[in-house]
Amino acid sequence: MFILLNRIIKSGWAGFRRNSGLPLAAIFIMVLVISMATSLLLFQKTSQFLTQTIQEKLDMYVYFNDELSSDEIMNIQNELSKVSGIKNVEYVSKNDALARFIAKHKDDASLMESLRELGKNPLLSSMNIRAWEASQYAAISSFLANSQFSNLISKIDYQQKKPVIERLSSFSFGINTAGIAVNIILALAAVFVAFNTVRLAIYNSKEEIETMRLVGASDGFIIGPFLIQGVIVGFAASLATLLAFGIGLFFLSPGLKFLLPGFNIFSYFIGNLLIIFAIQLAVGVGLGVISSWLAIRKYLRA
Amino acid sequence: MINFQKVTKIYQSDGREIAALKDVSFEIQPKEFISIVGRSGAGKTTLFKLLMAEEKPTEGSIVFEGEDVHQNRSHLPHIRRKMGAIFQDYKLLPSKTAYGNISYIMEVMGASDEEIANTVPQVLELVGLKERANNFSEELSGGERQRVAIARALVHRPDVILADEPTGNLDPINTQEIIRLLVKINEMGTTVVLATHNKEIVNNLGKRVITLEKGQVIRDEAEGKFIL
Repeated sequence: MFILLNRIIKSGWAGFRRNSGLPLAAIFIMVLVISMATSLLLFQKTSQFLTQTIQEKLDMYVYFNDELSSDEIMNIQNELSKVSGIKNVEYVSKNDALARFIAKHKDDASLMESLRELGKNPLLSSMNIRAWEASQYAAISSFLANSQFSNLISKIDYQQKKPVIERLSSFSFGINTAGIAVNIILALAAVFVAFNTVRLAIYNSKEEIETMRLVGASDGFIIGPFLIQGVIVGFAASLATLLAFGIGLFFLSPGLKFLLPGFNIFSYFIGNLLIIFAIQLAVGVGLGVISSWLAIRKYLRA
Repeated sequence: MINFQKVTKIYQSDGREIAALKDVSFEIQPKEFISIVGRSGAGKTTLFKLLMAEEKPTEGSIVFEGEDVHQNRSHLPHIRRKMGAIFQDYKLLPSKTAYGNISYIMEVMGASDEEIANTVPQVLELVGLKERANNFSEELSGGERQRVAIARALVHRPDVILADEPTGNLDPINTQEIIRLLVKINEMGTTVVLATHNKEIVNNLGKRVITLEKGQVIRDEAEGKFIL
């Protein structure tokens, strides 16, 4: 068994070296496929970062008619914890709201003067709600409006923010979907081309396969070297793609920092080098082996 | 050893039926040297293809060493390893050297590296190609290629050598050499089945001859001549 496996591996390597033209073409095409898969991964990470950044800037305030008792605060927070999609809830008392207002506008003399003339705290107590996703604010707002403590609520600022939230929500969803769709279409086209390149390489060997069968080689002994060539092509292509992306992102990263402050794509790439290489290997070797197997099966069936 | 039992092979071409073999029956005993003769299209190659299970008979059966060759596909490689095939177009593996082509069959059979290293040079010497061991088939002449094919066919000591027009592409000198080799192999105890339409070869051999015409056996003589 070990002798046969050893011979299959040696034969695969020898075949790869001797027919260098087509395997090189297959590696080139495979690099394109793996690049598509890697781009998909990096694009998803970038768009995830963008969406997260946008969503972190979004929040919703629920204003109450008067100061709430601690029991009421507890009660509302309990009810809100049952609503899915809420990331964080913070109660802001009238005094806190006033302190924040003053801190924010202390340099605005006329505003401070008006506040003094008013003689009392005009601000309402409120709850600041942050959701995990922008699309969840509508449901949270609707829940609050129909809840048992709706009589305590003076105003929910969702309606005010609704157009912005919805636009941002559909924008981030649109970027994600369009990017993934384009990438998947390109990847499928590349997979198709890669499969046909491998098929062409094996078609060139069809007479050789026929001879192998006639001299008594088993299917495994015939198909083995072709699968090994598929593994070599996939491995070489993965390595080449990893190197190309490493160099490319190193030079692109400073430029991208201006577009995506706080996100260094090169650091992400280096930090996840092993997992990225594992994905590239899975795509490259998987495609190489599956294409070889599908292409050669036809000649073994006859 | 080999038994053709009422074998008929019909091909379909443009909706027409063409009978390549019709109700062919004969038996070959171990250690025989048998020539299958006939004009081009008489059915010689079809007969070899059926014996090697490259194709299935329309009717009848072909038994090799007690086993119907078309019965069990998974067992086919094992049956083929008991045969050594020589083809008119050589069918060498272009990606391998002369040595590689010959050692391939031993590798297929799971022979040890040591066994291969001992046997292959001996067989190369037997066919007179010791100096050409490291040449690829494209670097060999027609006669040399055919000798590699013969070496490949006999290196694993098969029970029968099937030679389908092995001299079809060779000049008279190479033809004589190849036939001399086949006779030598037969004298060493291996059954040889030779398909040819070379009258001189058959008449000089003085061995059993089966004559095919339009897919039918018209003559089967123990010390036959080429008569058409």
